[in-house]
Amino acid sequence: MNWVKSIGISIILIALIYVINSAMSSAGFFGFGIDDYYSRLLVFIAINIILATSLNLINGFTGQFSIGHAGFMAVGAYSSAYFTVNYGKAIESSLAFGGETIASGIVLLIAILIGLIFSAIAGLLVGIPSLRLKGDYLAIVTLGFAEIIRIVILNIDSVGGATGYQVGGYANFFWVGILAVITIVIIHNIVKSDAGRALVSIREDELAAEAMGVNTTRYKVISFVIGSGFAGVAGVLFAHYNRFLSTNDFQFIKSFEIIIMIVIGGMGSMTGAILGAIIVTLLPEMLRYLPDIQIGATTFKFADLRLVIFALILILTMILRPQGILGTKEITDFFKRKGGLR
Amino acid sequence: MLTLENVSVNYGAIEALNGISLHIEQGEVVTLIGANGAGKTTTLRTITGLLEPKSGAVKFEGKLTNGIAAHKLVALGMAMSPEGRGVFANLSVRENLEMGAYLRNDKKGIADDMERGFAMFPRLKEREQQKAGTLSGGEQQMLAMVRALMSRPRLLLLDEPSLGLAPLVVHTIFEAIEEIRSNGTTILLVEQNANAALHHSDRAYVLETGRIVMEGNSKELAANPKVKEAYLGE
Repeated sequence: MNWVKSIGISIILIALIYVINSAMSSAGFFGFGIDDYYSRLLVFIAINIILATSLNLINGFTGQFSIGHAGFMAVGAYSSAYFTVNYGKAIESSLAFGGETIASGIVLLIAILIGLIFSAIAGLLVGIPSLRLKGDYLAIVTLGFAEIIRIVILNIDSVGGATGYQVGGYANFFWVGILAVITIVIIHNIVKSDAGRALVSIREDELAAEAMGVNTTRYKVISFVIGSGFAGVAGVLFAHYNRFLSTNDFQFIKSFEIIIMIVIGGMGSMTGAILGAIIVTLLPEMLRYLPDIQIGATTFKFADLRLVIFALILILTMILRPQGILGTKEITDFFKRKGGLR
Repeated sequence: MLTLENVSVNYGAIEALNGISLHIEQGEVVTLIGANGAGKTTTLRTITGLLEPKSGAVKFEGKLTNGIAAHKLVALGMAMSPEGRGVFANLSVRENLEMGAYLRNDKKGIADDMERGFAMFPRLKEREQQKAGTLSGGEQQMLAMVRALMSRPRLLLLDEPSLGLAPLVVHTIFEAIEEIRSNGTTILLVEQNANAALHHSDRAYVLETGRIVMEGNSKELAANPKVKEAYLGE
């Protein structure tokens, strides 16, 4: 029953992603089109969902405070971009018999695999020494590592260095959307598994988890590696959708943006992370449409203050709901009967 | 069953345990009493592998366990109910108990042990679906004890089970300790409540600034004038 349900939901989602993707093309979907601005927003929502759910595995479920997620995103972005820039065209032409869409799709899939592997390895290398630390110390170390990664990339000339890196546009909403769904499914399954219970027990009380027989070091590293791997996937998609990479895209401000998503949505909630990713992507854009208000001779242009207002909304959310919009609950919990709450 | 031979433990430059030796036999309830900072919790953490001794030997069922990680000792048959209870606050009572059986795969046995735990503390059964963080201190202590039993340990280590509990609840906890012992589990009880600990144990060790200063039969120690003056407040 559960299998049928999840396959059904996946088919519906993939069909929906396909329809939205066609609507983004110049021809539109049976005359229904989405313009470039909204297309871009939808793609960034999907990329941010991957980033937020993967960071949520580390911070929300395992309780390790990492603030270097953008660094692993950068590893995925640059390693895969190096591959597509240097070998993408050759692979595409050797696969030309299958048609352009399939050939470029295969190149992107290889790129995703490369980004996933490289960022997971980076996650392992950073995770093993730093996960011995707790709380603020871990946060500082992850932040430091992310900056080191960024500065190292900035000084590699073969990936553009400070001038930036031109990348082929292999990714579109279809791919980004599907990978967001895959990420959600995988992380959801990890969290619901026995290993997921072990991760949550580490968050709740590390000493007690150890006393129950959980190899806490191992599980912390596993969660960190998986989270970093998916951050890399998000980086791959970002690189091949944006078509241009600059190390400025991966500064610590990006890491904080991802943290804001999970904190606003609710740490330790899958649907919370997704909701947070949507809000943090959309809200600053929606605030562009704030009206001007004329009082006497002066006109208040609220749209100019959109980032200030965005910040105020975030602050107010934290004051009114410090646990995030959903806390550790899932949206589905609100539809269950009282007795059924976990 | 468990022996410590000349065990010393340091926190950095500070010596927490200074060559302590003790032994626990199968089926005994042994208590470790002493004031704050005497090294009771350090001893327990050394036994459970959370701390590594600087020198000396810790042997569990004849096997040297120095330096074996805490999570591996659970598989060997040791379980601890940590000080301050350490329940998983955001998990339900049932989920906490399932975590206690983390290393076990026998569903039937786990379900039976859970029922046995609920029989020992019916209060937990009533709160089965409630988050552990919403339980009272006494209920959390009950949960921590049953959770530790869920791994079917041969040696149960209890760190300050009566800490901060109302006298009536303390009584319930010590009755449960008697019951656990009658089921054949060996118990090491670390306590500040020396009076209750001496009444519910076979033998006792008195710890003072990292050294064992007295040991012996609990009844005799309870009658010892020095112990009476220092720990029983008489």
